[in-house]
Amino acid sequence: MQNNASSAAAVQADAHGEAHNPALLHHFAEPQQQRDAASLGMWLFLATEVMFFGGLFCAYLVYRRWYFGDFAAASKSINMPLGATNTAVLICSSLTVVLAVWAAQTARRTLLLVSLAVTMLLGLTFLGIKGIEYKDKFEEHHVPGASFSFQNVPIPGHPDQYADPHHAQLFFSLYFVMTGLHALHMIIGLGIFLWLFAMAWKGRFTPEWHTPVEIGGLYWHFVDIVWIYLFPLLYLIDRHP
Amino acid sequence: MSDHSSAKSPLPTYFAVFFALLIGTALTVYAATLDLGKFNAPVALTIASIKATLVALFFMHVKGASEKLTKLVVIAALFFLLLLLGLTMTDYATRLWN
Amino acid sequence: MPTAIPQPVERENYLNKEYGVWSWLLTTDHKRIALLYLLSITFFFFIGGFFALLIRLELLTPAGDLVQADTYNKLFTMHGMVMVFFFLIPSIPAVLGNFLVPLMIGAKDLAFPRINLLSWYLYVIGGVMMLHCMLTGGVDTGWTFYAPFSTSFTNTKIVEAGLAIFVAGFSSILTGLNFVVTIHRMRCPGMTWSRLPLFIWAHYATSIIQLLGTPVVAVTIVLVAAERTLHLGIFDPKLGGDPLLFQHLFWFYSHPAVYIMILPSMGVVTEIIACFSRKRIFGYSFVAFSSIAIAVFGFLVWAHHMFVAGISVYSALVFSFLSYAVALPSAIKVFNWTATLYKGSIHYDAPMLYAFGFLGLFTIGGLTGLFLSALGINVHVTDTYFVVAHFHYIMVGGAVMGYLGGMHFWWPKISGRLYPEGWARLAALIVFIGFNLTFFPQFLLGYMGMPRRYYDYSHMPEFQVLNVLSTAGATVLGVGYLLPMIYFLWSMRYGKPSSDNPWNAAGLEWKTSSPPPTFNFDEEPVVTWEAYNYDELDAPYKQEVPVAK
Repeated sequence: MQNNASSAAAVQADAHGEAHNPALLHHFAEPQQQRDAASLGMWLFLATEVMFFGGLFCAYLVYRRWYFGDFAAASKSINMPLGATNTAVLICSSLTVVLAVWAAQTARRTLLLVSLAVTMLLGLTFLGIKGIEYKDKFEEHHVPGASFSFQNVPIPGHPDQYADPHHAQLFFSLYFVMTGLHALHMIIGLGIFLWLFAMAWKGRFTPEWHTPVEIGGLYWHFVDIVWIYLFPLLYLIDRHP
Repeated sequence: MSDHSSAKSPLPTYFAVFFALLIGTALTVYAATLDLGKFNAPVALTIASIKATLVALFFMHVKGASEKLTKLVVIAALFFLLLLLGLTMTDYATRLWN
Repeated sequence: MPTAIPQPVERENYLNKEYGVWSWLLTTDHKRIALLYLLSITFFFFIGGFFALLIRLELLTPAGDLVQADTYNKLFTMHGMVMVFFFLIPSIPAVLGNFLVPLMIGAKDLAFPRINLLSWYLYVIGGVMMLHCMLTGGVDTGWTFYAPFSTSFTNTKIVEAGLAIFVAGFSSILTGLNFVVTIHRMRCPGMTWSRLPLFIWAHYATSIIQLLGTPVVAVTIVLVAAERTLHLGIFDPKLGGDPLLFQHLFWFYSHPAVYIMILPSMGVVTEIIACFSRKRIFGYSFVAFSSIAIAVFGFLVWAHHMFVAGISVYSALVFSFLSYAVALPSAIKVFNWTATLYKGSIHYDAPMLYAFGFLGLFTIGGLTGLFLSALGINVHVTDTYFVVAHFHYIMVGGAVMGYLGGMHFWWPKISGRLYPEGWARLAALIVFIGFNLTFFPQFLLGYMGMPRRYYDYSHMPEFQVLNVLSTAGATVLGVGYLLPMIYFLWSMRYGKPSSDNPWNAAGLEWKTSSPPPTFNFDEEPVVTWEAYNYDELDAPYKQEVPVAK
């Protein structure tokens, strides 16, 4: 993802008289090889992330089956409109990311900068909304720990039964770990895009070389995909009126 | 992963996928308000999977990827995830059998 | 066999290209990084070995008279954690893999040299964290840190140890990522998949496991840390949590982890057996695909560590069956190695002695794994010394022997010096004897019912004889391990200089100088021959360097 210190990626002739892109690292034979290596590297990293979140999905699956009613009650208490809004926010950000990649491919500098900036703004919006949700949970005493309280909350569909606070606490533990880890990945994504923005500002990206934008984009899309699953699983267990 | 001389702009596809994703989100929310019994979860997950597939195929350029290797990595990741979930469930799903 | 050619003028190579601490600490040369790893993992090997020594000293007598119970718990825990996470898992991939993968495929370096350096630093940071944890009290849960003891009850430093392992795990993931991308993207012209040395196939398979398994234990550690620090009780039975869920998540990685530990060793053994039988490996594609099969099947069997923990018996049946299936690809390898030996021209140099040791000991370890996979037997020998013996036969009799064999085989390439062959053969013999004396009695002890992780067995004093034998063996084994350390160091200054190819072995790494230049080859190799072309190498009118047709 690094390149040498040179502003425009103009093709230069090296000592052997062969033209090579200054972004080409010495141990690669040609730019396409370097690009393919970076791409494969990012895809493999995303595969590790699938397994990382996968462990949490496994825990969630086990407990949701066991304590469905309690989980449904807990799920109903989190703010679904905010969650849905956040889903839309991330979907918009994925669009701006592909636009950024297209802009880099087609040498559209302004569009590239705007797309990167809007992506970051949407990411910050997502985190802001998340922050509001967390604050609400804190105020409602739904944060697991000593001050956790989930008394007298009916199980959806069974108004005569109350949810077991212990099992609800399991839901919230998973809720905070899963969305917290997701938010952490989002923050890292923001850092990556800030760096991409800086590079784009300095004019480092050209149609011949814009690999960091592509692989940064892959990372961002992955974070979006995780949320695409988190939203229905956490927010939509049972929303029957 | 470079621009493979697309004479045709990819923008219409991107916007089409974008709208599909938004519609899918709305659909998921709506479906959650319906009482589908034990099908609520599969419906939600199916819609989510369609959305994820769209993102992967079109936004992450898995469709039209220059190599089969990219697709293999994606499939491998999914396969091992399903292994984790599936084989774990052989325990949890059968613990209470007699 | 060794053809030491005195080198009148020392050519520039990766060792003498630059001097100074920073040229090492900031290097991106995969060969130097391999040596950095060699130093660090050797350090942790001796730390883990030190704990083993204390364990064996305690078990000399039935009474718990050397250390207290809590201390003993910490000893076996730290022995396990250090040996597994800071020695075995990195060992061959980080040292031999890092050094050889680019050389064997004709590349100048790995795909991501800076990430390679980062991997080492992550390993060191994890190691320092683990050291600090040990020095300030350690952990007493067993290396498996099961919930709810680890999450709710123990007072020891779980979070710190867990984070140390997390960081080291990240190192492992990045190494795996680097290898996979390198093997896919950096092969020189003519180096097709079917011409790759089987060492490369083995490391490819290992890397798949590192990539896909490690993240699961990483997130498990996060959950344990969250439970301990933030009281987010995921495994807490008081909240309705399931301690078995911890075990599922833990073993989903930790079983494939054992294949991370053995596959590279198998790759080494394949190279050694081919070279010292002067024969192409029998059944190349079977060995190659069996490596991939082990990697995949290895993910299907984890709950065989949980047969008596409370999982459903139907699930246990499934995992028992799958555990039998995973033995098949390993058996295929053993058959192929044996068939390679058949009618080979066998040379008994030290690397080959280690390979022979591996063959026998891995077979015993693997077969006893089948005993353990049988539910009926498992009930009786779980948590006894039978299990301890089983995994030490594979980890030590298998993996460590392969590691030592590989270190000897490639030492001339790495250092440019020959080690003293006589001492090496003696050390191999001492290791073999010491190993069997240490661990064979443990099979008997376990079968007779001695539980593992007990510091006091005074209710079963009849076990003392075998324990004494085991401790004696451990001492011998320790001597066997010290010897190579001494003569390898000695050889760096006083050993005979090595030629490019002292073993007349096949493989691209032998076509460059010993030690290699920083960028590995003077000119990019172009491969037109098949792997293990020993028939060409040994042809009657062979030239100085085999001619590529």
